[in-house]
Amino acid sequence: MEMLSGAEMVIRSLQDEGVKHIFGYPGGSVLDIYDALFQCSDIEHFLVRHEQAAVHMADGYTRATGKVGCVLVTSGPGATNCITGIATAYMDSIPMVVLSGQVPTGFIGDDAFQETDMIGVSRPVVKHSFLCKKAEDIPVAIKKAFYLAATGRPGPVVVDLPKDVQNPKLKFPYQYPESVQMRSYNPTLSGHKGQIKRAVKALMAAKRPVLYVGGGAINAEASADVIQLAEQCNLPVATTLMGLGAFPGTHKQSLGMLGMHGTYEANMAMHNSDLIFAVGARFDDRVTNAVDKFCPNATIMHIDIDPTSISKIINADIPIVGSVEVVLRQMQEMMTEMDAAKEQEDLAPWWQLIDTWRARECLVYEKSDKVIKPQQVIETLYKVTKGDAIITSDVGQHQMFGALYYPFKKPRQWINSGGLGTMGFGFPAAMGCKVALPDEEVACITGDGSIQMNIQELSTCMQYNIPVKIISLNNRSLGMVKQWQKMFYEGRQSHSYMDSVPDFVKLAEAYHHVGIRVDKPEELEPALEKAFAMKDRLVFLDIAVDPEEHVYPMQIKFGSMQDMFLSKTERT
Amino acid sequence: MRSILSILIENEAGALSRVVGLFSQRGYNIESLTVAVTDDPTLSRMTITTHADERKIEQILKQLHKLVDVLKVCELTDGAHIERELMLVKVKATGAKRDEVKRNADIFRGQIVDVTQSVYTVQLSGTTEKLDAFIAALGEATEIVEVVRSGVCGIARGERALRP
Repeated sequence: MEMLSGAEMVIRSLQDEGVKHIFGYPGGSVLDIYDALFQCSDIEHFLVRHEQAAVHMADGYTRATGKVGCVLVTSGPGATNCITGIATAYMDSIPMVVLSGQVPTGFIGDDAFQETDMIGVSRPVVKHSFLCKKAEDIPVAIKKAFYLAATGRPGPVVVDLPKDVQNPKLKFPYQYPESVQMRSYNPTLSGHKGQIKRAVKALMAAKRPVLYVGGGAINAEASADVIQLAEQCNLPVATTLMGLGAFPGTHKQSLGMLGMHGTYEANMAMHNSDLIFAVGARFDDRVTNAVDKFCPNATIMHIDIDPTSISKIINADIPIVGSVEVVLRQMQEMMTEMDAAKEQEDLAPWWQLIDTWRARECLVYEKSDKVIKPQQVIETLYKVTKGDAIITSDVGQHQMFGALYYPFKKPRQWINSGGLGTMGFGFPAAMGCKVALPDEEVACITGDGSIQMNIQELSTCMQYNIPVKIISLNNRSLGMVKQWQKMFYEGRQSHSYMDSVPDFVKLAEAYHHVGIRVDKPEELEPALEKAFAMKDRLVFLDIAVDPEEHVYPMQIKFGSMQDMFLSKTERT
Repeated sequence: MRSILSILIENEAGALSRVVGLFSQRGYNIESLTVAVTDDPTLSRMTITTHADERKIEQILKQLHKLVDVLKVCELTDGAHIERELMLVKVKATGAKRDEVKRNADIFRGQIVDVTQSVYTVQLSGTTEKLDAFIAALGEATEIVEVVRSGVCGIARGERALRP
């Protein structure tokens, strides 16, 4: 058997796992691993400028492809800097493996230099974690880490590697396990047949059904199955922020996004529905509004791979634990078996009602020829990219404008921090997408607040030539905070404005990128055209947008899903 | 509603902290917790008593089951079960109080396991209510110096068993 040191085992295990790209930052506790990496030619490493960005890059890489992203960082600050990124991935069920260095086993607990209890610090935001106390444990721990990260409800897994365990002088027999079994871990993939039968019956009987699709449908690669079921049964489809693209936003049955900033038609359809069929969604508080007023007349059917998501917030009348993809196929089989079919005209009255809601055109905004409207930026971005770009987003107003005004055609096209709402996510995530899919156009929708939370990565992009497009909606303030302050705090703008927004064009140029400032509406489309024509350059578009614009619709707090502000002057 | 949960968990470093962390992180309360290795040295068995409504208990059970280290979870209070807690209580035992403490210990079927000129240490096992009652009785009879309780451990009656 081949003899390897602990450090070599880490790299060889990654190779054997098929890892091609890794994102990280070296330091004292991982020097041996970095030395082993130096001698390995088939894993490409990306040196970030802050570990948080390494995790977001791996996250974007994963979301764009479904392949498990991998991070390598040192102990102490290297590890703690990862926490926000790990928590971001955890909240959105993104598989990822984070390898962190640790002080030598004999020093653990002594408050050694750059010591942090990474297993303890990360515990609430990981799916699982491993501390390798012996070199021989490394291959199995890494195999299990990748297996756990990607199966069941996906999530991040940490592997903590003390320095002495990596010792390059001590060699041990190496064998990478072909598979791993864990007696305590057996995720349920297929749904209970009895429940599936009930679900089909309920679906056939429903007069006002809504398919409510979340990120679980994307994780399970079930987009085609969702489309098939929706088309077969003529179902209206509302998508969560995480589920955008799982059902094409351009499809005639799409109601768009639902929830706090969901469309009027999506929220109205949910509230007035008699059957809500939740598919890989988790009834987040940003969807339901007041739980006690949630969809009063609806039967709730819920497919989720994670049993804890079912009946956590909203009680499910028909719960089905299983993978969305498998369960939807089981439903198809059951429909054939039962000879059940939904006549298209069955739902005609429901669609007529929905069309009256659609006629309200909730996304229409006041156009201007003097100032650029943020909505207009997204619409123009859609036009220029022909709706084909991978769009990542930061967090704030620009995120909601992106979600509402760019109809995503396919899964893994919209990449944002939905659950944790991490500002600073968008740019490194875009970099990860571009590394994974270099032939795709990748654009990051951001704002002057969010972009500054990981702006140092302009340097990483310079080093590796990662030509993403940064579409910054610059409103000289923290737009979403300001919107809330205007609406609910009598306009007191407590620390939500920025007095010293830098010259982003010069900043981009300082890193040898292209910066373009856009001030006037007529400059917008040519600037975007120009930016996307520069295939090999990172272009930073600093777009001055109307700072007074708010995101609408917006659910009214403590109300039901149908209670919404529709503009500064209108409400339901 | 008081519930007793039994958990079969991998006997590995950090497993306990994942369970305890889950409770604090999600705002569940722990009234008592016991843990020790089972006949199979790779497995530990935990008993947790908690207070929550039915829906919350169901969520706690599911969340516990979701932990990768956890093999099996059940709610003992769902069916017939035996629960026991061990208590050691040290009390002042001087003069007439010496007899009174001894009598109380006998009535509750406790044993005096340590004696000095001024204190008795009494060992008692039983349900939580029994132990509470004993403390109340002792408190009337003498002065309690210190109390230590193991927390509840429990097992189902009959054939029902928590095995891997």
